[in-house]
Amino acid sequence: MYTFAYERPATLAEAVALLDAHGPDARLLAGGTDLIIRLRDGSAHPAVVIDVKRIAEINSTIREENGTVTIGAAAVVADIATSEPVRRHFEALADAAAVVGSVQIRNRATLAGNICNASPAADTAPALLVYGAAVVAVGPKGTRRIPIDEFFVRSGVTTLDRGELVTAIELPIPSHRTGAVHLRRTRRRGHDLASVTLCCAVDETGVTRLAYGSVGPRPVLRVDESGTLADPDAPASAKAPILERMFAGASPSVRSMRAGPDYRLAMLRVLGSRAVQMAIERLAAKRQVEA
Amino acid sequence: MACTLPIEITVNGRRRALEVAVHHTLLDVLRDDLELTGTKECCLVGECGACTVMVNGRIVDSCLMLAVEADGADIVTVEGLAREGELSPLQEAFLDKGAVQCGFCTPGQLVAAQALLAANPHPTPEEVQEGLSGNLCRCACYVQITEAVMAAAEGAPK
Repeated sequence: MYTFAYERPATLAEAVALLDAHGPDARLLAGGTDLIIRLRDGSAHPAVVIDVKRIAEINSTIREENGTVTIGAAAVVADIATSEPVRRHFEALADAAAVVGSVQIRNRATLAGNICNASPAADTAPALLVYGAAVVAVGPKGTRRIPIDEFFVRSGVTTLDRGELVTAIELPIPSHRTGAVHLRRTRRRGHDLASVTLCCAVDETGVTRLAYGSVGPRPVLRVDESGTLADPDAPASAKAPILERMFAGASPSVRSMRAGPDYRLAMLRVLGSRAVQMAIERLAAKRQVEA
Repeated sequence: MACTLPIEITVNGRRRALEVAVHHTLLDVLRDDLELTGTKECCLVGECGACTVMVNGRIVDSCLMLAVEADGADIVTVEGLAREGELSPLQEAFLDKGAVQCGFCTPGQLVAAQALLAANPHPTPEEVQEGLSGNLCRCACYVQITEAVMAAAEGAPK
């Protein structure tokens, strides 16, 4: 493997100083399930690899407090999939976390790493968009919270500034009862990246939030407030044009790997309408349980 | 530039203090420094699972973890499954069911299956398939591997 200097800062201040000093010559290491591959194949060749896992202020806990669930940047995807507060309030994120890679990958990969790679195919991204997550970033100028929809730019590029790193992801607990689901399409279950990855949430006020990835340079969020999509009695003919408008954000590349653009767009429509229906059913099931 | 760092790891119950290159993976160190060659190197991109080991009770692809990241960890490799020269019930089940053909994926399959059974002593066949979906078998012994894990689970106390 390509050689590099390895730094294991003990504090956030040290990490920020290292990142700020090295800029693009530094890469952060959390779970390593993407970075180590890139270090080996040479597609990343940083002078310095900064391991975030010994930073005192960064943890792997998932805690619920004051209407927010906070996921530490060192929390691995396997723990997010089984976390009680995540399953209770953000079922589609738990669904998505449960299908990232294999058991081996989920035991190492972090949610923070998944979004910082900004892969268009990141399976957790659509759920984070649907649930309105905020990314907590710390840098030379202090701490800021970046709405997840303003975080992704394109593959490998985020709106993080030089010297900034993600310390946690915050999820506001929905104020209205919500049914949500994550669906994806892959060539093979167990390791493959998604050809289409998608999340839909329907709440009891009639708002439908739909986010999808792997069909363009970054994952896309669209919101329908007409109430028609969320209406279990609305005919498919009324929903179809709304869904078409929501899918207009998809622009799969003709050079894309894993699946051609026509297939991706076709599957986006199939999974999208299926996800709306499943989200409606999950909301109805919750109403019954809580009634 | 520090090219090496000291680490302390426990491998199959034995404490080891080593000086490792920072760009070497846990797989490199297990195989080349500790000469534990049961753990196999294959795809090197986290797809095949041949390099699966347990780190603090959880399975990982050792090709995707730097050795320095394992500092302080408790590691179990396939060499740690047998006890005093006796194969584990899971290993015996692999032999009984013909789950080993060329054998290259077997160490990874065994370690993944061992972790699966530790977490879920009586899995369904679907849970076994899901739990082992990160381990490829080029000889396609999947049916026999699943049967072996189920047989080991049946032999375990309920």
